[in-house]
Amino acid sequence: MTETAFKHMRDLPSTHLLGTGTPACAGCGGLQAIHQIYDVLGKNTVFVNAAGCMTLLSVYPFTPFRGSWLYTAMASAPAGAQGIRDALDILIEQKRIDKNEDLQVVVLTGDGSAYGMGLSATSSAMERKLDFIYLCYDNEGYGNTGQQYSDATPHAAKTSTSTGPGGYPGFKKDLFSIWAAHKPAYVATVIGAESLDLARKIQKARDIEGPCMIISLSPCPTGWDFDPSLTAKVGKLAVRTGIWPLKEYENGNITHTRKPAKRLPVEAYLNLQGRFKHLFEPKRDEKMLADIQTQVDAYWAKVAS
Amino acid sequence: MSRKLLTGNGAAAWGARLAGIDYIPAFPITPQTEIIETLEHWIGGGQIPARLVTLESEHSMITAAGAAAATGVRVFSATSSQGLLYGMEMLYAVAGWRAPFVLVNVSRGLSAPITLEPDHNDVLAARDSGFLQLHCATCQEVLDSVLIAYRLGEDLRVRLPVIVNQDGFYLSFTREPVEIPDQQAIEAFLPPYDPENMQFRASAPVSQAVAVLGGGPYSYFRYETHLASLQALAVYDEVASEFEKASGRANPAIECYRTDDAEYLFVMMGAFATKARQAVNQLREAGWRIGLVRPRLFRPFPEEKLRRALAGKKGVIVIDQNISFGRGGVLHTELASAILGKSEKPPLLVSFIGGLGGRDISAEEFYEMARVTKEAVVDGKAPEPRLLYTETELREVRKLQGIACVERQALENEL
Ligand SMILES: Cc1ncc(C[n+]2csc(CCOP(=O)(O)OP(=O)(O)O)c2C)c(N)n1
Ligand code: SF4
Ligand SMILES: [Mg+2]
Repeated sequence: MTETAFKHMRDLPSTHLLGTGTPACAGCGGLQAIHQIYDVLGKNTVFVNAAGCMTLLSVYPFTPFRGSWLYTAMASAPAGAQGIRDALDILIEQKRIDKNEDLQVVVLTGDGSAYGMGLSATSSAMERKLDFIYLCYDNEGYGNTGQQYSDATPHAAKTSTSTGPGGYPGFKKDLFSIWAAHKPAYVATVIGAESLDLARKIQKARDIEGPCMIISLSPCPTGWDFDPSLTAKVGKLAVRTGIWPLKEYENGNITHTRKPAKRLPVEAYLNLQGRFKHLFEPKRDEKMLADIQTQVDAYWAKVAS
Repeated sequence: MSRKLLTGNGAAAWGARLAGIDYIPAFPITPQTEIIETLEHWIGGGQIPARLVTLESEHSMITAAGAAAATGVRVFSATSSQGLLYGMEMLYAVAGWRAPFVLVNVSRGLSAPITLEPDHNDVLAARDSGFLQLHCATCQEVLDSVLIAYRLGEDLRVRLPVIVNQDGFYLSFTREPVEIPDQQAIEAFLPPYDPENMQFRASAPVSQAVAVLGGGPYSYFRYETHLASLQALAVYDEVASEFEKASGRANPAIECYRTDDAEYLFVMMGAFATKARQAVNQLREAGWRIGLVRPRLFRPFPEEKLRRALAGKKGVIVIDQNISFGRGGVLHTELASAILGKSEKPPLLVSFIGGLGGRDISAEEFYEMARVTKEAVVDGKAPEPRLLYTETELREVRKLQGIACVERQALENEL
């Protein structure tokens, strides 16, 4: 495999491919990641999209993509990727088109699709060893419909369908492990605020054949209720508090690509976001804060052992 | 040309094979599965160069079919009943992509209650999806229709996916003699798929199926699909006539059997129409002037042709092998709207529902429907739609209910 071309921030692509002026909210952490990912993948791509915020990137007759795009439905973007990949393979194999016409097939969905409705289609695409990249921008809720809780919503978060005093009673589903259990070629978590880590992983996904699965935690000012200027800060804190572990799965091994030497307390991340405000005001919810901290500590204790 | 005994499923597979399909997204469901298995055996045996992929659902299967067709290969797929409904969201979507491919539906009644036997509620649920629909009455027609469907759907004036419908069991599992055209004759009739601008290529990026804002552009694209479907009326005639030249077999948009001098007509679709054909012969022997009209093309709806076929008739017996709960037969409604205000002396339409879940329609029932319709013509008033059912059938159901009651009683007594 190729060594990474991205050793320092200065190695990151300096020309930016994705167009501006999209309808995404100011400070959208999902779009922040897609910008960087597109710079690495380039325009010889076809994005196969499922219903979600990013569906509105391409609104007739505009698109920020220089390559191709197909909107499918909420549940079946990986199947759309299968159809395109197979068709391109057939055409190239039978010399009906030139090899230069080939495209990298990229599924682009939110967490609602990836963790829930589209999981069955994703699972079987991995089983079939489909050569594609799956990019899930995880804003921890059904953002496009107004941030109702999804299977990716973290414990205690308020969403428009978990408005009670305790917020969301469930726990964020461990999609990384579910995906890795399929033994695909590659699985990684990324975040837009950690550009170098992100670029290295996307480069890997680009160069590895087979299913390459990426989850990008995507701070969402609109759904998480923080000021759009704080997107990068929230993202960095997600990593530094240990809430969003940056890791990758390859050849049966899981590697943490960032191990925060001194993790910050989780509340540094939580108290920037309106969806967790009830943990601090009008009274600190010490028990809930301790519970969340304990979970994160337990995760990292396991990593260390 | 060779002649073989083939099931409807075998005929569908042969149609796909002759069409030189590239790609088959698949998912099993009775009574369709034999189609994909037959194709897979040919692929496995190296007889055809196609690729078959089993998806995890029909929703995914139709997504993959549409995406592959939109990338520029010739795609075939097949399903039935619950499978067609499971994929319903994507039927509408891929028709909007204007991605042409052929989907064979083997009609089977819908749950609940669940059954394996046929009626047309499954395929009619796809009525407004944008897929064109061809309905077959014989195994030969299944093969012919698959080939016609590719030419029709791929035509630049149309560019829509096509459902070829055959009835489960009555066609899917019934062997009939089928003429298999020579590959050469078909190659002349059906040239390779030219996707034109329907493709994803590095040198020519496209955005497909993007969002629109507002009703203006939305309506534009929806109307465009409707108009393309309507264009398929004329294109169908052209294609069918070329197919007749290539194969010697006529497949007109509507089949008219002994209708010229008829005063009364049966109208029905699918394999059960062959029963109506027999009834026509018997009734004619008994002195009736009666015929059969069978729409083969259901979407687009060959309204003008049907109007002409019905013109001057006294009574029309519409037999629907489907039921729209709270309304009645779908074909009846469609025919009524086709003649309403557009015919000078419209015939009286009398509606019957029959053949649900494979229930037979007997010769006596055809006779009875004709009699009821004649009386209605004399009265000048159509009776309420009739649900075909015999006293014997009711007695049989009462027996089953009796057993259920006795068994439940026995259980309750034990407690
Ligand atoms: C079958 C179906 N059900 C519901 C919807 C409505 N819907 C559109 S986007 C969306 C939310 C998707 O959530 P996610 O995948 O997390 O993406 P996000 O909106 O957060 O970007 C929903 C529920 C739909 N488009 N299709
Ligand atoms: S709601 Fe959130 S994820 Fe969606 S566009 Fe706005 S910021 Fe981005
Ligand atoms: Mg989301």
